[in-house]
Amino acid sequence: MMPAGSADVEAVFRREYGRAVAVLVRFLGDIDLAEEAVQDAFTKALERWPGTGVPPSPAGWIITTARNRSIDRLRREAGRDARHAEAALLNTPDAPPEEGPVRDDRLRLIFTCCHPALATRAQVALTLRLLGGLTTSQIARAFLVPEATMAQRLVRAKAKIRDARIPYRVPRDADLPDRLQGVLAVVYLIFNEGYTGSPDLCAEAVRLGRLLAELMPDEPEVSGLLALMLLAESRRPARQDDSGALVPLSGQDRARWDRDLIAEGQALVRGCLRRNQPGPYQVQAAIQAVHSDAPTADATDWAQILRLYDQLTVLAPNPVVALNRAVAVAETEGPRRALDLVDALDLDGYHVFHAVRADLLRRLGRDTEAVRAYEAALALTESPAERAYLERRRRELVRT
Amino acid sequence: MKYYLLSVMQPIGDPPPPEVLAKIGKQLDVFHQELREAGAWVFAGGLHGPESSTVLRPRDGDVLVTDGPYAEGKEMLGGICLVRAPDLDAALEWGRKAALATTLPIEVRPFMHQAEE
Repeated sequence: MMPAGSADVEAVFRREYGRAVAVLVRFLGDIDLAEEAVQDAFTKALERWPGTGVPPSPAGWIITTARNRSIDRLRREAGRDARHAEAALLNTPDAPPEEGPVRDDRLRLIFTCCHPALATRAQVALTLRLLGGLTTSQIARAFLVPEATMAQRLVRAKAKIRDARIPYRVPRDADLPDRLQGVLAVVYLIFNEGYTGSPDLCAEAVRLGRLLAELMPDEPEVSGLLALMLLAESRRPARQDDSGALVPLSGQDRARWDRDLIAEGQALVRGCLRRNQPGPYQVQAAIQAVHSDAPTADATDWAQILRLYDQLTVLAPNPVVALNRAVAVAETEGPRRALDLVDALDLDGYHVFHAVRADLLRRLGRDTEAVRAYEAALALTESPAERAYLERRRRELVRT
Repeated sequence: MKYYLLSVMQPIGDPPPPEVLAKIGKQLDVFHQELREAGAWVFAGGLHGPESSTVLRPRDGDVLVTDGPYAEGKEMLGGICLVRAPDLDAALEWGRKAALATTLPIEVRPFMHQAEE
C-alpha cells in the first residue's frame, strides 16, 4: 500500500464527505451528530493513513469508523436518550456500506437540504456544507457574508429540519418533478454565484450536477442542467482577458475554450435531443451547444439560436429569456428591431439589461444614449470583471 | 408522530359575503372529515374576531385584565387546526388542503413534544 499524506485525506474528504454524512444521517437520525461522527473519522484517518496507506475503499473506511465511533460515544454518554439512541444504533444491521443504498442516501440528503420549507439561501448553504463538504468559512467567503452569519444560517436550518421533522427521503413520484426543480434551482444558483465570483462555486456546482446526473440518469432536465454548466464552464479560460476584464462571447479566443468540457456537454445535449422531453435547462444547454459549434463568432448559427429561444419562451416565459432572445434577434434581424424588444422589457434593476441596450444603441450610432446605458449598467454591478469591460466600452464611446 | 398547529391567517376587515362563507364552511367540513378518516384529527375551530378578546397581564403577583387583542396587526388568527402527522411533508399536505378550503394563508408549526403513537 502507498503511504498516504494529508493531501490524500483532503482529497478523500472532498470526494466522500457528502456520501459519508448521508449514510450517517440515516444511521443517527440527526445531521449534527452525523457531521461530528464523520469529522471524527477523518481526524482518525489523518492519524492512521500516513502509516497504513489509504484503504482500498476510503469511503467505506470512513463510514465504518464514523459509525463505530458514534456507537462508542453514545455508550460513554449517560442518560436515557443516549441509551435509546444506542439501542437504535445497535439494531441497525452491521452490513458493509453498499453502493445501492449509499446512492439513495445522498439523494435523500439533497432533497432534505433543498426542502421548500427552508429559505433558498439556507438550501444553498446546507447543500454546499453537507454534500459539498465545504467549511462554513469557505461558504461565507464565497457569498461575501460574515462567517458568524453563515454559521447561524446553517444552525437555524438544521434546527428547523430537526424540530419541524423535515423528512429524510426522496419525494414520492407525484411530488418529484416539483421538488427536483427546487434541487436544480439550488445547483444552478450556486453555479451562477460562482460565474462572476468564486470559481470554486462553479466547480462545486458542476460536481453536484454530475452527482445528480449519476443518481437520476433518467431525468432529462438533470442532464440539461449539467450540460448547460459544462458548456458555460468550457469558456472560463477565454472569458477574461489578461487584465481581468470580461470578454463577451463574440470577442473570445475560441482556441482557449476547453474542448473536453465542450465534448461532454454536447454529448449530453445530443442525449437530451434523442429523449425529446425538452425542458428549460435542456433548451438553454442546446443554445450554448450551438455557440460551442461555431469555429468563429461570425459563423454562429443565430437562426438556430433564435428558434431555440422561441422554444424557451414557451417553456419558461420570463423577461430575462426575452432579453437574451432579443440579443439573437439583433443578429438575425438587426439592432433596431432588437432595441424595440428590449425597450419593452421591465428589467430596469438588472445590469445586463442596460449592457445589452448600450450595445444595441452603440451599434445604431446613438452614442450619447449608449454612454448613459453603460453608466446605468455600471451602477448596478460590483463584479470587477464586468465593470472593467463596461468601463472600457463606455470610454471608447466618449473618446470617439 | 408529531403534533402540528395549522393557523389560519385572516386579514383584518369585513368578512366575505354569506354565500362565500357558506361555501368555505362546506369545504372545511370535507377537510375535517378527511382528517378524521386519516386519523390525523386532533382539534379544529374558528375564532371570533380580536374585538372579542381579553388580555391578562401578570403584575406584581396579581393579574391585570384589559380589553382587546395583545397586538394589533393587519392579520389575525382566524382559526386553528391541530393535526397529528408523521413528518413535515405530511403536515404540509394537510396545510395545503386547509389553505384551499379556507382560501386563506396557513402557517404550519411543529409542537415541541412528540405526539403519542
